[in-house]
Amino acid sequence: MLCSVCKEKPATVHLTQIVGDKMQKLDLCDECAKAKGVTDPTSFGLADLDLVLGLGASQEIEQAAGGLELKCPRCGFTQADFKKSGRLGCPECYKTFADALESLLKTMHKGTRHTGKAPEALRTSRENADRLKTLQRKLKKAVESENFEEAASLRDEIKQMTERSTTPKNLAR
Amino acid sequence: MNDLHAFLSPPAETAQRHGPHDRIVMTSRVRLARNLRGAAFPGWAKKQERVKVLEAIRPAVESLPELQGAFSQAMDNLSALDKQILVERHLISREHAVKSAGSGLVLNRDETFCVMINEEDHLRMQALRPGLQLRQAWDAIDHLDTELEKKLDYAFDSELGYLTACPTNLGTGIRVSAMLHLPGLVLAEQINPIVQSVNKLGLAVRGLYGEGTEALGNVFQVSNQMTLGETEGTIVERLEKVLSQIIEHEDNARQTLLEKKPKMVFNHIGRAYGILANAHSISSKETMNLLSLMRLGVDLGMFPGEERSTVDELFILTQPAHLQRQLSDKLSAEERDLVRADMMRERLKHVERPNDRPPGAAK
Repeated sequence: MLCSVCKEKPATVHLTQIVGDKMQKLDLCDECAKAKGVTDPTSFGLADLDLVLGLGASQEIEQAAGGLELKCPRCGFTQADFKKSGRLGCPECYKTFADALESLLKTMHKGTRHTGKAPEALRTSRENADRLKTLQRKLKKAVESENFEEAASLRDEIKQMTERSTTPKNLAR
Repeated sequence: MNDLHAFLSPPAETAQRHGPHDRIVMTSRVRLARNLRGAAFPGWAKKQERVKVLEAIRPAVESLPELQGAFSQAMDNLSALDKQILVERHLISREHAVKSAGSGLVLNRDETFCVMINEEDHLRMQALRPGLQLRQAWDAIDHLDTELEKKLDYAFDSELGYLTACPTNLGTGIRVSAMLHLPGLVLAEQINPIVQSVNKLGLAVRGLYGEGTEALGNVFQVSNQMTLGETEGTIVERLEKVLSQIIEHEDNARQTLLEKKPKMVFNHIGRAYGILANAHSISSKETMNLLSLMRLGVDLGMFPGEERSTVDELFILTQPAHLQRQLSDKLSAEERDLVRADMMRERLKHVERPNDRPPGAAK
């Protein structure tokens, strides 16, 4: 069996890891194992190695694409390029390879949804969306309880908000 | 400002920077990765496109109030030696040091902000602080980023956050890290279990120069690995917690060593001094490892009247590029080892040999 990294020397270090019901295997030669820091297998997760090698990444993408070569329409980056470098070609690649990346991101990160900082313009539109939802809920309640005076003022406020909230073009998705 | 050496603060000054817990935490750093919408990432972009991105980003960065009077340069205008010096100062990554046309660097006056343009991502901006100041570093870089976002159109996705060349940096694009000096844990042979338990918390432990490097001089870098699915604040908080525990362990290890094995500690430190003060040829690796022991000796009060900054200055000065820079001729590694030993003997002439204080009295 050849080393999965250099594909030249015989593999002498064999790692197997079971995550949930999935088994991952990796075979390395002495030199590659040392180079990648796999010296104490008991404390070593294959996920860590994936980060270094991008191996799992490329496998996931191959599976998702069903053998068909995906190519980013924006920058021409292919799954083979990803396999080589473990990096993507351009921001648009995240859409092109979205399906394949999802499971990879799950193993790599705490979650698959960003909850941190966002650019100001987007932050405001996010807040507006939340506010709009609240207003609509209130409106529904007001109508149900036949409180028409409040309903009318809520309706005006909603109308005002939707007219104002024209998201900048480059942020629309 | 074009001359890097006139710009960089002298090692003696750098060694004088102080911060909370700087006995153990040498520096704190928070880095953010950002990219421009509609442009290929630097690793995939053609040179022409990289140059265009650099030309768009550099003036935007230079215009920020925090970066007034900064050192700003295209990487192809820096010599290999200059780049190596920046690596030895931990201002740029080793990856950035091999970049040339289409990459750039903007470094502010007091070396607390350093922005790499077209490293792995279009923008890698970092805030640096001496000692344990992760929160302060995050606040500073957060502010810089908010200013910059008004001038540049970032690639951002409402689901995935900031889009980065490598999926490992996706989302927040944040790396929070601290450089730690842990000779106590190494001498007490407790470092491996500590590294393992830190790994289990999803944090990475690396060597002196980051990814894939040795822990020379008992210096370790601890940083977050996951960037997606939690807020920057949560990540900073976790690091803060873990670091305060590591500090406690290191303190305990030093204390216990002094109580249980004082001779072993004195032996290591005495020998380190002996070699550094008397060698006629010494490699930078050996120098760093021995200086680390001398630094521990200073912390333990074995070199009365000596400051930690004496050792920290030598730590910078004796590294290959810094040493080469002080000389007019290009030297081979072997020749540098002679020069390094000469310099070390000269410097340590004024440092008294270590005393062996009774255990427990030092701290």
